[in-house]
Amino acid sequence: MSVQLWTYIIVGLSFALYIGIALWARVGSTRDFYVAGGGVHPVVNGMATAADWMSAASFISMAGLISFMGYDGAVYLLGWTGGYVLLALLLAPYLRKFGKFTVPDFVGDRYYSDTARLVAVVCAIFVSFTYVAGQMRGVGIVFSRFLEVDINTGVVIGMAIVFFYAVLGGMKGITYTQVAQYCVLIFAYMVPAIFISLMLTGNAIPQLGFGGTLADGSGTYLLDKLDGLSTQLGFGAYTDGTKPMADVFAITLALMVGTAGLPHVIVRFFTVPKVRDARKSAGWALLFIAILYTTAPAVASFARVNMIETINGVDGQGTLRTEAPSWIGNWEKTGLIKWEDKNGDGRMFYAKDERNEMTIDKDIMVLANPEIAKLPAWVIALVAAGGLAAALSTAAGLLLVISSAISHDLLKKVVMPNITEKQELLFARIAAAGAIVVAGLLGIYPPGFVAEVVAFAFGLAAASFFPAIMLGIFDKRTNMQGAIAGMLTGLVFTIGYILYFKGIFITPMAENIPANWLFGISPEGIGSVGMLLNFAVALVVSRITPPPPAEVQAMVDSIRIPRGAGSATHH
Amino acid sequence: MSTTNKGHADFWRANLRLMFMLLAVWFAVSFGAGILFADQLNSIRLFGFKLGFFFAQQGAIYVFVALIYFYAWRMNKIERDYDVHED
Repeated sequence: MSVQLWTYIIVGLSFALYIGIALWARVGSTRDFYVAGGGVHPVVNGMATAADWMSAASFISMAGLISFMGYDGAVYLLGWTGGYVLLALLLAPYLRKFGKFTVPDFVGDRYYSDTARLVAVVCAIFVSFTYVAGQMRGVGIVFSRFLEVDINTGVVIGMAIVFFYAVLGGMKGITYTQVAQYCVLIFAYMVPAIFISLMLTGNAIPQLGFGGTLADGSGTYLLDKLDGLSTQLGFGAYTDGTKPMADVFAITLALMVGTAGLPHVIVRFFTVPKVRDARKSAGWALLFIAILYTTAPAVASFARVNMIETINGVDGQGTLRTEAPSWIGNWEKTGLIKWEDKNGDGRMFYAKDERNEMTIDKDIMVLANPEIAKLPAWVIALVAAGGLAAALSTAAGLLLVISSAISHDLLKKVVMPNITEKQELLFARIAAAGAIVVAGLLGIYPPGFVAEVVAFAFGLAAASFFPAIMLGIFDKRTNMQGAIAGMLTGLVFTIGYILYFKGIFITPMAENIPANWLFGISPEGIGSVGMLLNFAVALVVSRITPPPPAEVQAMVDSIRIPRGAGSATHH
Repeated sequence: MSTTNKGHADFWRANLRLMFMLLAVWFAVSFGAGILFADQLNSIRLFGFKLGFFFAQQGAIYVFVALIYFYAWRMNKIERDYDVHED
């Protein structure tokens, strides 16, 4: 059977599964719609969180990015996992005890202010739309590469699927489809990784093969071989970084704190029955995430060795194009590999310096792995289904945040508090449907700055939500004035810095190079400085303005004590 | 329901103590071993890994997972000790 037929079958089956779950998980109340009724088992929630978290970027692009960055790839690996420690220790159990539906709910109630609530609503919507645009694009790209349908048709099909289970089933539908999507995506990621590890190192566990010796009998460690190859080709040793240490530190911190502050991740911990389930669930979530995140750097190094040896030849003299394996030709057709025979010898060569004749897209490292490892057609189809699962699961979680921010935080809590639960649920569905259409449009007409705004999403979450929520729990004295001043300072500083160098909507005001950066910190890492500013301003302003009212202080006392956590309640 | 209540205040202190301890480990394995001291640790080998590189791309993640499970387990015990556990 051809790859394409296999892909239709496997992707079709996975979609049928998601739709089946959606039909089973229809909901009738806002509690079901926002927090899946608050009765999700911690292991199930952990798995759903993992799928929610791992996006098209984690699945398709991350290993490739690391492959080209070497050691510096650690900023993503540490940043996108370490945030869960912060989430588990500092936020999740307390927010679960607080027991309402959304992040703006907490910010608005804790700081007894609709202004604070609105700042949170705007941030939540902005961060989520930023993210969701990338997911829809990812869906379109997978469709176009593996099924040879037009990208736009792919986006519309993806929209229809998400529409079905997000609008019908809300958080409940999303949670159970995410469990299925996690299984699909992790299987699709691990199968090629295991085979490629076996091929290169003779070890079936990629994490061990990563630190093991090559299977060619030379006794050389894989990473030593890679360091040697990279140095020869002018890239510098793979296991050494090229970014300045201050920047690696700042980016890692911004991504960690941003992860802990992302509303679509936080809200997942509102769905478990108990405070202790929130803690346990964070452990499961990170375990499920770690399976992929510890495999990705191994895949990155395997793919790098493979790629260099295939292109440059085992002897390092370049491979004749006519003798290259077929996957090179296949991916040349998609434009992801380009070869320009500069010296006219008919041989390909890849290097950092002027000898280089290749342009290689980073996404190829995961997408082409099955072909490089000569795996059967069904494995390639599986990778397509996995990429779609990763993109759809993340998109759905984000759409729910947008929908609840509009129907619950904006309409019910501010604009029209008198609507009934039935009406609120209807508005939630309309908002979800509207958000899907906007997300789809962003996928079809991607604004040129999608890549740039990812720094925004994490920077904003780090500089706004995280300090406000953390102080709300750990510092009883933080009041409305402090929290609002802190969030605004963090936001304005972070947005300003990113715009200054990246110039989204405007022309950049300075060249984006280390010499111009504040403390040597790039726009990607500046959220960590924004966060510190937010903390500092909030603490100082709170102490020169009146303390929060007694009932708010009592609320802080109550969220610190686990006893008495009912399931998430309406108010 | 107030930290003026002695049991609750003690519980909160025990919670903070555990939290700071675990955050210190969190910082040490990621920012410490994986970034600040990665170059020094790289002179030590663990199979094919240089140690600093290992922490940055593998080790810290394993420790993160262990930290959260340890925290969840330990907090259940602390909650019972101070009689603030659920049901």
